[in-house]
Amino acid sequence: MMEGSGALDLVLSGDPALYAIVRLSLVVSLSAVAVAALIGLPLGGLIALTRFRGRAGAIVLLNAMMGLPPVVVGLAVFLLLSRSGPLGSWGLLFTPTAMVMAQAVLITPIIAALTRQAVEDMWSEYRDELTAMGVGPLQRLLTLLYDARIALVTVLLAGFGRAAAEVGAVMIVGGNINGFTRVMTTAIALETSKGDLPLAMGLGLILIAIVFAINASAWALRLYAERRIG
Amino acid sequence: MSDLPVTLSHVSYAVGATPILRDLDLTVRSGAPTFIIGPNGSGKSTLLRLIMGLIAPTSGAIDWNGTRDPAPRRRAIVFQQPVMLRRSVAANLIFALDQAGLEKSLQDKRCADLLALVGLGDLADRPARRLSGGERQKLAFARALARSPELLILDEPTASLDPSATLALEQLIGKAAGEGIKILMASHDLGQVRRLAGDVVFLHRGRILESASTQAFFEQPRTAQGSAFVRGDLITED
Ligand SMILES: Nc1ncnc2c1ncn2[C@@H]1O[C@H](COP(=O)(O)OP(=O)(O)O)[C@@H](O)[C@H]1O
Ligand SMILES: [Mg+2]
Repeated sequence: MMEGSGALDLVLSGDPALYAIVRLSLVVSLSAVAVAALIGLPLGGLIALTRFRGRAGAIVLLNAMMGLPPVVVGLAVFLLLSRSGPLGSWGLLFTPTAMVMAQAVLITPIIAALTRQAVEDMWSEYRDELTAMGVGPLQRLLTLLYDARIALVTVLLAGFGRAAAEVGAVMIVGGNINGFTRVMTTAIALETSKGDLPLAMGLGLILIAIVFAINASAWALRLYAERRIG
Repeated sequence: MSDLPVTLSHVSYAVGATPILRDLDLTVRSGAPTFIIGPNGSGKSTLLRLIMGLIAPTSGAIDWNGTRDPAPRRRAIVFQQPVMLRRSVAANLIFALDQAGLEKSLQDKRCADLLALVGLGDLADRPARRLSGGERQKLAFARALARSPELLILDEPTASLDPSATLALEQLIGKAAGEGIKILMASHDLGQVRRLAGDVVFLHRGRILESASTQAFFEQPRTAQGSAFVRGDLITED
């Protein structure tokens, strides 16, 4: 009870440290979504529209990679960025950039796999019309990505949800440094283990609120777009 | 660059071991509308898809005025169930005009003209997938005209339309034919064939049984299946 109201007070009081944590969470995860979208949307579209040897295997692999464990991704990026790793000279370990990289690795397969499915479904519907209009390969990809835009916004939101909620990858490559790489999930883990339950719960509430808001807006967007675009 | 005449020589099409079209020889020339007629399942849609270049023959060859490259030049198709892009009516048409290579500065004017022609002027901003069946068929027709076709292929475009929408589309087809566009259309509506066709190709079980002027076919069909079709008997696929 006490702890619950303490958490709410904390959220409502606009504690600057708390909001810095929330802001960093959003910046890191939104950046990760941007990077993953830049790679995942065209990659998924390409796999959907091209035929090559080993395509079936690539799709199975991509789908399996949607379930990559965050800690394993964190470890891999850690090894890549650690002082003796191949990218060690970049000096990125324990920075927000490293966290963006780890989350982008985590969600690129999700975005690519879901995009592949959406574009392929739409291609089977559009194939005859687009072929009859003489639409070339690049234009075909752009047309399908554009016409699948409602589904793809939902895909990006799914990626964001996964990124914002994971703790393992950012903990390993970010190090949960106070005021620098601490995000909501790592702060919750830390404060819980330290016994500062009001702060942990306050952050938990905000995280849940964000996830709810995202799902609600995805749902509203879909409803609106289906009415507008059909 | 012209797509006519289209010449099919010994064209067969099979799916796996199932023959669908067998050894067709056919030349589509400019002139009055040619109708592909025949019962359901006789292979009309498959033949039109071959001529459009959407599928390739299993054996034999199709020649579009000297080329075997199936990329469409001056031909267009209206499907029985046209697929609208997830955009407005006008955007669907602009897309087709763009693909047809029309200069950007001319697209808006041409789009408005085509929408007015098919009677969709007031619906330009409507999402295309929200249109009624008849309106969708008109937009598909406008989209096909956007390619400035010499050969316009239509696959039973009125099969699921009510009489007034059918009449509107038939008038558009007649007008296009009057302007010199070659119409190649599938239909199993005998009244429609009489109203629009200059000559007919009668398909039955994947073979061309008759190829004649509309008048000759209706007055004196040369095959038993042709007579049965003209009488309106329910001819089956055996
Ligand atoms: N891709 C396909 N796979 C299997 N059968 C097909 C395929 N396409 C057409 N067919 C068959 O070929 C026959 C002719 O089909 P279609 O050309 O659509 O005839 P129509 O348009 O005259 O009704 C039908 O029996 C149909 O089931
Ligand atoms: Mg058909």
